Amino acid sequence: MLELTNVEKSYLEPDGSRLAILDIPSFQLAAGEQTAMIGRSGCGKTTLLHVIAGISHADAGDIVLDKVQVRRLSEEARDRFRAHCIGYVFQTFNLLPGFSALENVILGMSFARGKRDVTRARELLNRVGLSHRATHKPVALSVGEQQRVAVARALANRPSLLLADEPTANIDPTNQQNVIDLIRNTCREENISLLIVTHAMEVADQFERIDRLEDINRVTQSKHGENTENTLAQPEVY
Amino acid sequence: MSNWLIAWRSIQQRKLPSILTALSMAMGVMLIVAVLTILGVVEDSFRNKSSLGYNMLIGAKGGSLQLTLNSVYYLSEPIENIPYDYYLEYLSPEQRDAEYGNSIQGYAYDATWQTLQADAALTGGGFGGTAALLDGFILEAAKQATAKQWDYSEFFQQLENKILPIEVGRKTKYHGYTGITIPLCLGDYFGRFRVVGTTPAMFDSLRFGKNASKEFRFSEGRNFQTWSEDHGFYEAVVGATVAREHNLQVGQEIAPSHGAADGDVHAKKFTVVGILASSGTPQDRGVFINMEGFYLMENHAKPITRGEIQPLTEFEETDASGRTLPLPIEQREVTAVLLRTREVIHAVFLENLVNEGNEAQAALPVAEIRKLFDLIVEPIRVLMLFLTTMICVVSGISILVSIYNSMSERRNEIAVMRALGAGRWTVGCIVLLESLILACGGGTCGWLFGHTLNWGAGPYIEEFTGVSVGFFDFAPSINVLALLGSQPTMKFELSMEFLLIPALVLLAAIVGFWPAVEAYRTDVAKSLGK
Ligand SMILES: Nc1ncnc2c1ncn2[C@@H]1O[C@H](COP(=O)(O)OP(=O)(O)O)[C@@H](O)[C@H]1O
Ligand SMILES: [Mg+2]
Repeated sequence: MLELTNVEKSYLEPDGSRLAILDIPSFQLAAGEQTAMIGRSGCGKTTLLHVIAGISHADAGDIVLDKVQVRRLSEEARDRFRAHCIGYVFQTFNLLPGFSALENVILGMSFARGKRDVTRARELLNRVGLSHRATHKPVALSVGEQQRVAVARALANRPSLLLADEPTANIDPTNQQNVIDLIRNTCREENISLLIVTHAMEVADQFERIDRLEDINRVTQSKHGENTENTLAQPEVY
Repeated sequence: MSNWLIAWRSIQQRKLPSILTALSMAMGVMLIVAVLTILGVVEDSFRNKSSLGYNMLIGAKGGSLQLTLNSVYYLSEPIENIPYDYYLEYLSPEQRDAEYGNSIQGYAYDATWQTLQADAALTGGGFGGTAALLDGFILEAAKQATAKQWDYSEFFQQLENKILPIEVGRKTKYHGYTGITIPLCLGDYFGRFRVVGTTPAMFDSLRFGKNASKEFRFSEGRNFQTWSEDHGFYEAVVGATVAREHNLQVGQEIAPSHGAADGDVHAKKFTVVGILASSGTPQDRGVFINMEGFYLMENHAKPITRGEIQPLTEFEETDASGRTLPLPIEQREVTAVLLRTREVIHAVFLENLVNEGNEAQAALPVAEIRKLFDLIVEPIRVLMLFLTTMICVVSGISILVSIYNSMSERRNEIAVMRALGAGRWTVGCIVLLESLILACGGGTCGWLFGHTLNWGAGPYIEEFTGVSVGFFDFAPSINVLALLGSQPTMKFELSMEFLLIPALVLLAAIVGFWPAVEAYRTDVAKSLGK
């Protein structure tokens, strides 16, 4: 289903040297499987999700999702592929402030050309328990509600993979559990693979499968100390 | 959800800057529409005036523009006069003969003729030859003048020298080419307005407007007459603007002032018998008095004496029944003659014929007006259009600044859209559409404002210029193909206002381009979550 082989990602430093972030020999996620990815802050979790989603381009390796070689696609094709096959939930600022909750969900559909289904958008909002807030703008929603809308939007195109990058980091514990349950249940119902990044152990512990990025990433395996320095020296991304 | 709606939402999100930038664009477009309309009105009224109803001006030798300004627009410094008998050359033989009946020479000739006839009756023979007729004529002319107690010693001198002030039997040389002939006597003022001594033909025969199809109408009263029982020679008709400014009514008496607006006021008063309806022609600004009355005012009789002998003032003669006699034609001059040639093609021929002679000049008013238009209005048009275009460009730049300023705070939104699967082109396109909506939305409002303004100002514009402007009146048309290629073979006429549409789209594209490129180049990975 999702299969990563020898995926490498590095950033170009201002001094011209390359800062390696990812070097993953192998990573798999079966259809409908759910996993929690944990790891230190700055160890490359967000980068990994970006690379899988095709938002960032991996330097080397194969990323195969639904038999599609993501890395070999042109940027345009990657965008379209992402619209159709990948749902994405970020830690914060998920929603576009100018659009109502319902419109935010529809927006998720409109970029995947041809798939526009207002009934499904309403149904999704209903499923995340926000049908009564469909016309509200994000500012009128709590952070928990915003995340639920983001989940609804990520599921709008019936993707085969849902990537969630610390979706509950900014939410209070009760809502955190709600959002996690929501994500897990819907993915299960719609047979969507789930890769959720979290650093909350009470979240990770609910999953049958837990991946430590440090374990599957050669960069963090080998240059552990150096990378820690890096993390301290640079502002955190997520 | 279409890109249009996404762009629109983004505009809505930043209401105040969006409204302000769209408003500045609206103002720019409104000004363009207003300028185009005003220039259209100006051009139309010029065109109206090109269809003056006459196609030639005759006046003293000098500048043809000066002649045009004086006799068409009643503007500028007064000009020299031309001899009355020269003017008569443009009349028909019958008209000319009638005019000669009112000459000193004519009176003398009549008297001589009668005497000779009486003599002949007495002697029962012929007139005694041409010499006798001529001598008798001179004698009688002198007698006649003495009987009338005219102080024309020099005239007598001339007669004795057999230099006649007017050439008897002079040909009506130009008559064959003339249709309408209207003499003008300028020089007096009423307030800031010029007084025009003329004949009733000015309003009876002259037509103006397109194809010379419009008649002069009177909002009150009637045209003046050459002679009326009530007012004698002293009737006047005033233009709409004059009547409004001086609050004149029919029946009121007005006294022109001599030579300048603040010149001596003539003792002679003219009675206003008619007020012209606004026609959008220079006639709106004229005071028209009967030429016969004009001549009888003090200082208006041409002195036919020279040297130390002073001209007669207050020349006025009455006939046996006490009726005022008109001024003899020897003492008359005209400032200009408005001519409508019999056929249009006569104009050029007649112009050459007149200009070859040394008595007067002929000018084609339409050509002069065109020159004037090119000289004054054209540069103003270019300048005004340039300025208003600059206003639109500045509004365009304000759109650019507004969108560009918002780009940093929108980077995350753009990244979110990209993460949702929007392509680079899509997000760039959304920003372009935003610029397009602001420019064209503002432009449409401005267009509506402009036309509403026209509609509101329409009655006033019509009152002052005679050109009617309504909501759906567009700026003058131009041949669009002429803009594309140099020498268009086909005509595709479109109001200049329609050029605003491509211009605005182009402007929007230009100002939207930079932020659109920014959006296009947004680094999604870096911008997410920021
Ligand atoms: N655009 C970039 N250029 C250089 N370094 C980056 C860039 N983006 C992220 N990094 C670095 O890559 C490492 C991994 O970042 P990230 O994937 O955001 O970590 P995590 O999500 O695990 O906290 C960090 O050390 C971060 O500083
Ligand atoms: Mg992160």
